[in-house]
Amino acid sequence: MVGIITYGVYIPRFRIRVEEIARVWGANADDIRGGLGVHSKSVPDLDEDTATIAVEAARSALRRRAIDPAGIGAVYVGSESHPYAVKPTACTVGEAIGATPVMTAADYEFACKAGTAAIQTCMGLVASGMVTYGLAIGSDVAQGAPSDALEYTAAAGGAAFLIGDRDPIAVIHRTCSFTTDTPDFWRREGQDYPRHGGRFTGEPGYFRHIEGASRLLMEQTGKGPKDYTYAVFHQPNAKFPQRVAKTLGFSPDQIRPGLVVPSLGNTYSGSSMIGLAATLDHAKPGDTIFMASFGSGAGSDAFDIEVTDAIASGEFCREAAPSVAALLADPIYVDYAQYARHKGKIVMQK
Amino acid sequence: MRDVAVIGIGCTPFGEKWGSSFRDLFVQAGTMALEDAGVAGEEIGAMYVGNMSAGRFIEQEHVGALIADYAGLATAHIPSTRVEAACASGGLSFRQAFIAVASGLEEIVVAAGVEKMTDVGTGVSVDALAGAADREWEGFVGATFPGLYAMIATDYMNRYPLTREQLAQVAVKNHYNGARNPIAQFSQEITIETVLSSSLVADPLRLFDCSPITDGAAAVVLAPLERAREYTDTPVRVLASAQASDTIALHDRRDISTLDATVAAGKRAFEMAQLSPRDIDLVEVHDCFTIAEICAIEDLGFCRKGEAGRLTEEGVTALGGDLPVNTSGGLKACGHPVGATGIKQVCEVVQQLRGEAGRRQVDGARIGMTHNVGGTGATVAVHILGV
Amino acid sequence: MSSVARFWRKIPQRYNLVGTRCATCGRYFFPPRNLCPDCRRAGKIVEHRFAGTGTVVTYTVIRTASEQFEQMTPYVLAVVQLDEGPRFTAQLVCRPEEARIGLRVRPVFRRISADGESGVIHYGTKFAPGTP
Repeated sequence: MVGIITYGVYIPRFRIRVEEIARVWGANADDIRGGLGVHSKSVPDLDEDTATIAVEAARSALRRRAIDPAGIGAVYVGSESHPYAVKPTACTVGEAIGATPVMTAADYEFACKAGTAAIQTCMGLVASGMVTYGLAIGSDVAQGAPSDALEYTAAAGGAAFLIGDRDPIAVIHRTCSFTTDTPDFWRREGQDYPRHGGRFTGEPGYFRHIEGASRLLMEQTGKGPKDYTYAVFHQPNAKFPQRVAKTLGFSPDQIRPGLVVPSLGNTYSGSSMIGLAATLDHAKPGDTIFMASFGSGAGSDAFDIEVTDAIASGEFCREAAPSVAALLADPIYVDYAQYARHKGKIVMQK
Repeated sequence: MRDVAVIGIGCTPFGEKWGSSFRDLFVQAGTMALEDAGVAGEEIGAMYVGNMSAGRFIEQEHVGALIADYAGLATAHIPSTRVEAACASGGLSFRQAFIAVASGLEEIVVAAGVEKMTDVGTGVSVDALAGAADREWEGFVGATFPGLYAMIATDYMNRYPLTREQLAQVAVKNHYNGARNPIAQFSQEITIETVLSSSLVADPLRLFDCSPITDGAAAVVLAPLERAREYTDTPVRVLASAQASDTIALHDRRDISTLDATVAAGKRAFEMAQLSPRDIDLVEVHDCFTIAEICAIEDLGFCRKGEAGRLTEEGVTALGGDLPVNTSGGLKACGHPVGATGIKQVCEVVQQLRGEAGRRQVDGARIGMTHNVGGTGATVAVHILGV
Repeated sequence: MSSVARFWRKIPQRYNLVGTRCATCGRYFFPPRNLCPDCRRAGKIVEHRFAGTGTVVTYTVIRTASEQFEQMTPYVLAVVQLDEGPRFTAQLVCRPEEARIGLRVRPVFRRISADGESGVIHYGTKFAPGTP
């Protein structure tokens, strides 16, 4: 049975508050906080990027379970902020965790669902017997254009999931996807910041695809919202996942453990995956989790997950790495000037 | 092995010399030294030149040949050798010249040192100087030269009773001396307040704890002692020449606050001269940073570890004290054209021993010592001279 | 402009603290050495991967840096002693006020420098307070 062998998360320690960003642009902080349901977002340190976050998340995963890294046959890193346009983040991660050289690797891009696409790929490689373990990572240091709505939520963070079939802590019974060519949010090659279609990102983007993938999965599995303990949806803000949960028939209690966006912001490729990790931090054997990611462009990957006894066994040690709650606690707040410096928004003399 | 004497010295003014090129500086110092020695160019048997980084500063290698050429001696085909040991390049140049004459292989030898540092921006010079440390394991991770000495200071001040004011007094003293040295880069006296209110470079070291970026050249002429009086009435004998190495990286040292290479070279020098620290009338030590002078005084054996701060505060190492240290103004006030410093130190001691040091004269000086360090202590050259 | 090959050659050291050990006398080396200073040619050198936990021996706060590190100041530089014995130089990930002699540290993966805007990014290990 293919599933999650272990997982790990990394979130940088710095945060900026929504009201600090609003102050700089002369916007109304209350309106924005109320509209998005987000009050702060994570900010990378001066020496952190998608690769360092991916490595830390992967290392956390491997600290929780005794896995010989030489058995990792594939590494895929999904991001929209890979440090190189050409030279995979996955190679750096592979080297840093001791999985090289006997492995395949590639970087993925699919806006916020590149990481879950990597999970699907690893599932296929494991199920076909091509690899013993596959590592799927979603990691980003997301950029929002200054004063744009996205600037309030574009955050930094990542999660790594090791996929395999040897005693998983959570089985992924089924996955399916709903994908179309929809220009809701994009970034052209060479541009610093993404652009988006405003309200078009809602119904034709997020909601159509998540609802599409979710209904497809429920058809295929014959299961409904009541059959799940928890649900995790992509979280660009707090409102969208709450709304889609309600539309699909999930309750606020089901999505609560996985709803990390209010203090974290939107970690793009890390978003639903960190939500899943936060849910697994709480989960007990037998719990079931429904997850649907969303990536602009656009597509949604849905997953039917069941937690096994292995999560409570001696094999897997959750305490060996920080939980999402621990990573969200004790932040260091910065002002806009520091934030701009950390995010490379200040144009320096080259 | 025969005895060797210094028969001539020459030193350019030190400072930011925008109008002088590398070649200009060398020729200036060399000419002064030859005139002082009364030696004609044709009599020179060999030349040694200490230079750390002409390659980075002026994109020039093959400095030995360049020097011989511009000294007008290339057509005489004299052997000319560049010697490099970071900031100890000058001290090693002197030692090589000493060995050439002491061995009997050469008669009249010039030992020079030159560095032209101001033709590049600060970012480049900071990076070039970092080559004196371990590039791969110190420079790569962001260590700077002041940063490495600052780590020595942090360790030292954690273990020994050195106050921030005592450390600052080293710079104050050296500026006092520098104000009395016509060739010094800085001629203004400073106070402890000047040091303590200057900006931090690498905690706890501040701007005034650090020696500057400087252009300059110095040269000396060596001859066998038995022939010295053919040229000068005031020959100064080289009583000892010693050199030692240690690990290049600070983190590999046995003791971060002790420069074992200084200890080794100092002992070898005293042994060779059959002298002890109390015989020394004045010493030029390598104060690239104030903490370096503190360690040098102790590591050369002038006092116990932990005492040099107090000695400085009490004026023992001041111009009128029992053991004047850095009467030239040291690297701090006189300036530090890297390759030239070791030779300048010899020039200062020679001037003092000849009684020609003017307002900074140490009365009755008969035996002087020089101490020149490369990097954070990976190379040390110590010389003792006497009349 | 830094050397691509020189950085690449030391990736196992920079990413994973791979050093050496002299099997003859038992001394550990990080950074690695091919020749034991005590045994020299008599020493048998083998690879050793360090766990990375250690203690701060001494430190400073760099406020004026070389060109490559100008954008990072102020940063903490320290000599760290690994639990197995060897000492080496590394940056600490902490506020200047948090640094102190004796601080227990653990390795974290960070961006050390880059060869300008278009050159290779140098990743490596810095040290943060705490135990893993």
